[in-house]
Amino acid sequence: MLIRVVLPTHLRALAQAGAEVSVAVTTDATLRRVLDAIEAQYPMLRGTIRDHVTHKRRAFVRFYACERDLSHDSPDDALPARVVSGEEPLLVVGAMAGG
Amino acid sequence: MSGVRVLVGTRKGAFVLTSDGDRKQWAVDGPHFPGWEIYHMKASPVDPDRIYASQSSGWFGQIIQRSDDGGKTWTPVGNEFTYDGDAGTHMWYDGTPHPWEFKRVWHLEPSLTDRDIVYAGVEDAALFKSTDGGLTWKELSGLRTHGSGPQWQPGAGGLCLHTIVLDPSNEQRIYIAISAAGAFRTDDGGETWTPINKGLRSGEIPDQDSEVGHCVHRIAMHPSHPDRLFMQKHWDVMRSDNAGDQWHEVSGNLPTDFGFPIAVHAHEPETVYVVPITSDSHHFPPEGKLRVYRSRTGGNHWEALTDGLPQSDCYVNVLRDAMAVDTMESCGVYFGTSGGQVYVSSDSGDHWTAIVHDLPPVMSVEVQTLA
Repeated sequence: MLIRVVLPTHLRALAQAGAEVSVAVTTDATLRRVLDAIEAQYPMLRGTIRDHVTHKRRAFVRFYACERDLSHDSPDDALPARVVSGEEPLLVVGAMAGG
Repeated sequence: MSGVRVLVGTRKGAFVLTSDGDRKQWAVDGPHFPGWEIYHMKASPVDPDRIYASQSSGWFGQIIQRSDDGGKTWTPVGNEFTYDGDAGTHMWYDGTPHPWEFKRVWHLEPSLTDRDIVYAGVEDAALFKSTDGGLTWKELSGLRTHGSGPQWQPGAGGLCLHTIVLDPSNEQRIYIAISAAGAFRTDDGGETWTPINKGLRSGEIPDQDSEVGHCVHRIAMHPSHPDRLFMQKHWDVMRSDNAGDQWHEVSGNLPTDFGFPIAVHAHEPETVYVVPITSDSHHFPPEGKLRVYRSRTGGNHWEALTDGLPQSDCYVNVLRDAMAVDTMESCGVYFGTSGGQVYVSSDSGDHWTAIVHDLPPVMSVEVQTLA
């Protein structure tokens, strides 16, 4: 299945990608599998969304989909059905920080 | 035709400034990596088209960029900086143990002999080395684990390894400095390290003879005299004539001996430049006058260089990596400010002009002299 992902501006520039990218996930679309696929397709994004080793989400990165904040969910939870079906994108967002 | 290329890292991107040997007309290229903090950029002395840049962001972490065409185009290379083994703890601001955590790369120092070898000084303080052009990084962990590491405490800017000086006469010898641990030297290519802080005096620590805890801001060396080092410390300008084994103060008649950068003239090993800053809480020049001070005597006797620099209402700062010299016949001196100006003097500091006035706050300035 193809998962639609919207990247924040700085990561689009780094990956030389458009506003929305699609990544293929073979089974069980979870956040972890989607991030694995993004990092495989765009290796320059490794370490920018989550830690290289621990895979812990960077503090000022958030994951939204279907008007829900998935940031604190387990990365192994199934993504919302509308994301899995391609109707909605997964949003990777730089958190509001600063004035 | 010979010329110069000035690499400017700012809070919001990188800029490349180029000029011919006259250094009067300048082309400004940038911002590269707009919106990102560029702590440092530096070119390989072996291959001037090879430039490394440290790009970072509070949101998205650390990126290392590499150019192989003199800064026209860039490619992200490796950004995995993993401490060797169990990282353990250093001391936190309140004196409690704090886990070692990688935050960013402060300084990149390309090898003097191999364009694919580059060192990275990082926060929390450690030294990394790449031998494949920045694709992969390995910690030289003998520094962090030499014994005093658990006592290292961050300065206000963090526990950062910000200075790397390579000895051109001895590939095995490297000097580094950490805020606020002090200066260290290796004589075996980074395997083992020795603190070199004898003679430093720091009012901020209780034991003046402590081997670590001094807030070294920057070390400079002239390549023809690699055992002679000049240091701008938190307070005090210092000098060593024996590779850091012993230091003595050369602040002399400076209006204040607080500051960040220090540089040595390209052709005069006893000519040294500093930018005095009022104090650690007043990060701006005394009396609102931006003055570079030059000593032609290796310290102690300093003269103010003011021609072309603002002499009223100037309240900018000049950071530790934001001063450099070129190697043109008439030595050029460059520095960048927190107000976004980059100044050049093409006559060893006698006269100054601003190349640019309104960049984002400048974090680093390096210069290449091109054949």
